[in-house]
Amino acid sequence: MTTDTHITGAQALITALEREGVDVVFGVPGGAILPAYDPLLDGAMRHVLARHEQGAGHMAEGYAQATGRVGVVIATSGPGATNLVTPLQNALMDSTPIVAITGQVASHAMGTDAFQEAYTTGLAMHCTKHSYLVTDPDDIGRVIHEAFHLAGTGRPGPVLVDLPKDVLIASTEVGPAGPVVLDGYNPTTEGNGRQVRAAIELLEQADRPVLLVGGGVIKAGGSVELLAFAEAANAPVVTTLMARGAFPDDHPLALGMSGMHGTYTATTALQRSDLVFNVGARFDDRVTGDPATFAPEAKVVHVDIDPAEIGKVRYAEVPIVGDARTVLLQLLTRLEKQRGGDPAPERRKWFETLDGWQQSYPLAYDQDPDGPIKVQYFVDQLQEVTGGDAVVVGGVGQHQMWVSQFWRFTKPRSWINSGGLGTMGFAIPAAIGAKVARPEDLVFALDGDGCFQMTCQELITAATEGVPIKVAVFNNGGHGMVRQWQRMFYGGRFSGSDLGDVAPDYPALAEAMGCVGLRAEKPAEVGPVIDKALAIDDRPVVIEVVVDPDEMVFPMVMAGGSCENVLLGPEDL
Amino acid sequence: MRHTLSVVVEDQAGVLARVASMFAQRAFNIHSLAVGPTHEEGRSRITLVVDAPDVEQLSKQLYKLVNVLKVTELAPGEGVESEVMLVRIAATPDTRGTVVETAAMLDATLLDLGPNSVTFQVAGDPDKLGRFLEVMEPFDVIALVKSGRVAIAKDSARAAARAAR
Repeated sequence: MTTDTHITGAQALITALEREGVDVVFGVPGGAILPAYDPLLDGAMRHVLARHEQGAGHMAEGYAQATGRVGVVIATSGPGATNLVTPLQNALMDSTPIVAITGQVASHAMGTDAFQEAYTTGLAMHCTKHSYLVTDPDDIGRVIHEAFHLAGTGRPGPVLVDLPKDVLIASTEVGPAGPVVLDGYNPTTEGNGRQVRAAIELLEQADRPVLLVGGGVIKAGGSVELLAFAEAANAPVVTTLMARGAFPDDHPLALGMSGMHGTYTATTALQRSDLVFNVGARFDDRVTGDPATFAPEAKVVHVDIDPAEIGKVRYAEVPIVGDARTVLLQLLTRLEKQRGGDPAPERRKWFETLDGWQQSYPLAYDQDPDGPIKVQYFVDQLQEVTGGDAVVVGGVGQHQMWVSQFWRFTKPRSWINSGGLGTMGFAIPAAIGAKVARPEDLVFALDGDGCFQMTCQELITAATEGVPIKVAVFNNGGHGMVRQWQRMFYGGRFSGSDLGDVAPDYPALAEAMGCVGLRAEKPAEVGPVIDKALAIDDRPVVIEVVVDPDEMVFPMVMAGGSCENVLLGPEDL
Repeated sequence: MRHTLSVVVEDQAGVLARVASMFAQRAFNIHSLAVGPTHEEGRSRITLVVDAPDVEQLSKQLYKLVNVLKVTELAPGEGVESEVMLVRIAATPDTRGTVVETAAMLDATLLDLGPNSVTFQVAGDPDKLGRFLEVMEPFDVIALVKSGRVAIAKDSARAAARAAR
């Protein structure tokens, strides 16, 4: 009777994934992973066949960013695994929880340069939070359980599990799903009480505090707690690129994004502040500019789940290791206790200064009704038509910055983009992952033409899998951000940034891939084309938006330059 | 700044590569590295001598590796350190006597005697190894190999620290 409990390693894998509550995996099969694909056919999990493993990886990221759940990608050995390097690194930089399962050549062939062999765990060493090579089929259940635990807890991130073909074929038993025991992994979630008190003391003494909010608040599900804390603290809130949506942009305390392409007010508020109260941001170079000149008068409170982020770039007078949501609650409790019913400091002068900057230096653009379309105008129109009720997904470059600047985010997990790694081509596959995870929501990818040409084949995936995403392709005929830098720093010599004379007919290309293709060439066409796109829900829709190739993103702080020098427009060059 | 770190890791495939590779990635320079089993099963100890401006950041990055269990910095005076060095010195029948005699005074062990060279083992704290090389400088060192430093916290230093608290 014991034979009933015997299964293959592959079946153990599928069982383990089902135990983790996985409802969908994104992947591409191949020789070494084939044993795992066979039982996949019988299970309840959905498999989305991507057109390229990079796409599958970004889909898993989009799924994870849209939900907070662990996304799963599956690929074969060799090229399947090497194609995953970009999404793994992307997930590492943006702390996105994904588990990658890769096939490996059989154990006896490993190390012989076998067909489709790559040293996957070696490749994964620097682009994952952790990686496993499973050599015993009895370990599969435990390793998958650990992988999900590692990916989804502490500072989330990608975990890779490499499975040699013979291990997938070998016989094993269904074991009980025991608790995860990892002696070397025990993230601190609760902030140190003494430091929480010290943080509140600094906050209460501060005349010009700024809450610098990072993606950690979204990962921790701490938006409600952030709102309560910010209001209680009576401090303005800056949201980093990864934190857009963590705090509502329509709130009077919201200053928007700071840094390289942040608002003048957000960037300058940090520069003039006497307390940078950082919750879940890592003082990325796009936020600080030259760290030596960043927020020169400020003391720093730094809340982060990852102790290695605290003090890495900027010394923190008060370091607090912990989960952003948990610590925000602790901070709020402490603040209320310390005040004992007294009102919050008014900080009238500070708010007057901030208001003055906001009035003098608002985000702005000039849309000539007869001129070429500006991306900013499209973003505004999309917001107006949808009422902002959408998950927007960005590629990387100028359009990404304009979306981040002009979309008025009000909800967490409504902005999905590649922040740390800056992976062009991220938008379309990530949007597919998000739409698979949240089929009831409008998922709108806003993509550049350079980005689009990197991963647009995944639109076939979207069409054939019935994932009706919307995509706007901003056609400026080139790599806009590269061109902007070449205009600013290389005397207008546009080396390699022009996409050439043969631009694809984007609507026709979309139609060829099973999508609906639309086009807008004039500002007056923008509203109607969005209406048209929103009316279609049985197929993906691609709108080509022909935009002004000369438009540049401002404000701008030079890379490595000081945040003291915010360029407001081309006239400041 | 040079630091000595004692790192207890899970004895698993690839763990040394993870540690060494993290140093390369973060541009921390490894001066010496020694690895071996501890008294506990499944645990290895890596002793690292590193050049790093910020040892706290280094320690935090080590802790991010899932297989790393414990990182201890042994500040000067807090640890006992030892290293083994094998040195081959050119020695003809004419000079051999002087070489062997000098080495013996420095507590070196004669391991091999050949027609044109003698090979010594010097074991002990890093100063002892340094002193040996200094004294032997007039002779011709043909080959040299070091084991990498191993270190362990002094119990006496720990007791003193406990007393101070």
